[in-house]
Amino acid sequence: MRNAVLAGIADTLRRVGGGTVAAIGWLGYAARFGLAVVLETPAAFARLSLTLREIYFAGVLSLVIILVSGLFVGMVLALQGYDVLQRYGAAESLGVLVALSLVRELGPVVAGLLFASRAGSAITAEIGLMKATEQLSAMEMMAVDPLARVVAPRFWGGVISMPLLAALFSTLGIFGAYLVGVRLIGIDPGAFWGNMQAGVDFRFDIVNGIIKSIVFGIAVSMIAVFEGYDAKPTAEGVSTATTRTVVESSLAILGLDFVLTVFMFRGGT
Amino acid sequence: MNLNRSALDLWVGTFVAIGIGAILFLALKVGNLISFGATPGYRLEAHFDNIGGLKLRASVKAAGVVVGRVERIRLDPTTYQAIVTLKIDEGYQFTTDTIASILTSGLLGDVYIGLDAGGDTKMLADGGKLTKTQSGIVLEKLIGQFLFDKAATGGGK
Repeated sequence: MRNAVLAGIADTLRRVGGGTVAAIGWLGYAARFGLAVVLETPAAFARLSLTLREIYFAGVLSLVIILVSGLFVGMVLALQGYDVLQRYGAAESLGVLVALSLVRELGPVVAGLLFASRAGSAITAEIGLMKATEQLSAMEMMAVDPLARVVAPRFWGGVISMPLLAALFSTLGIFGAYLVGVRLIGIDPGAFWGNMQAGVDFRFDIVNGIIKSIVFGIAVSMIAVFEGYDAKPTAEGVSTATTRTVVESSLAILGLDFVLTVFMFRGGT
Repeated sequence: MNLNRSALDLWVGTFVAIGIGAILFLALKVGNLISFGATPGYRLEAHFDNIGGLKLRASVKAAGVVVGRVERIRLDPTTYQAIVTLKIDEGYQFTTDTIASILTSGLLGDVYIGLDAGGDTKMLADGGKLTKTQSGIVLEKLIGQFLFDKAATGGGK
């Protein structure tokens, strides 16, 4: 009886240890892959048409969801913000509230999450399907480096699209807040824009937001291409890989957001 | 999805253009990029016993009109007074006996510096010092003083 329990515990420990070693090995593989992709950057930009095509598929096709989401998030922020602010007679600060929330946090994070689920999963599925239909192996046999031809353009397409999408999200959000705050509720437009301009600092708020969106873009794109490249070459494998991309990207975005916020906005102005 | 090269270029170009346009909009219209560093001006110094809640980039107003910004706040290590450097826009001249007071717009509003011009004929130049200053209100001291006065009149009865 006792031997069985000890054997059970030993077995569990063995599995935990094995799992940890495998996870660390996987992390190392991902890091090497990431380095290899980044080293292929000159090749990705030498064949500019490939990268442009990927910017189209990652960025332009995400425009609809980003713009519409941005608009609605801005409008909701304005409604909820006004409800609380007007209790303290601070309704004229609505512009600052919405602008700072969007530019500092919601723009990069929500646009990043939407980008990960729309473009990230598409990139993963594309690369995973190429792997499953053996197109990547065929390329290798023709002495075409699949990292340079397939992976690096997709990576850079994502990295370039992400900051632009985040900025568009914030802009549409502020526009939505203007529609609700000034047109619908009736806040004075001069106070709305004036307080916003006084309260939002370019270097401190906007540049930090752009830095965040660039970091998120790198994280999401790297995770997306890696999961696609690492997918099991079956239909189920591709499906698992897409799920992993979305989940890992979302967690990475939220985690990185916390870390970046601590460094950037510690203690306030 | 089969797109010919020119349509793709058009879409990507439009996307990048509106993306950069959005960033510019945020920088200029939402933030304060234009109003920073671009306006020429000169600097004045003022010493205060207590700056209250004055912060960097607070406005400097004369007769309610914004004429500059607070550029730097530091402590004088010998007199233990606060030294505030004001950046005044070009085109505004103030007399040497101008009074600089720290005021609040509204009860809980922003703290700013108000300038009241005096009657002197000489004007302050770049690097000049405002000698007449009025410190900011610290609410706790006001309450403490009120209680002290109350106690004094109550004890006198």
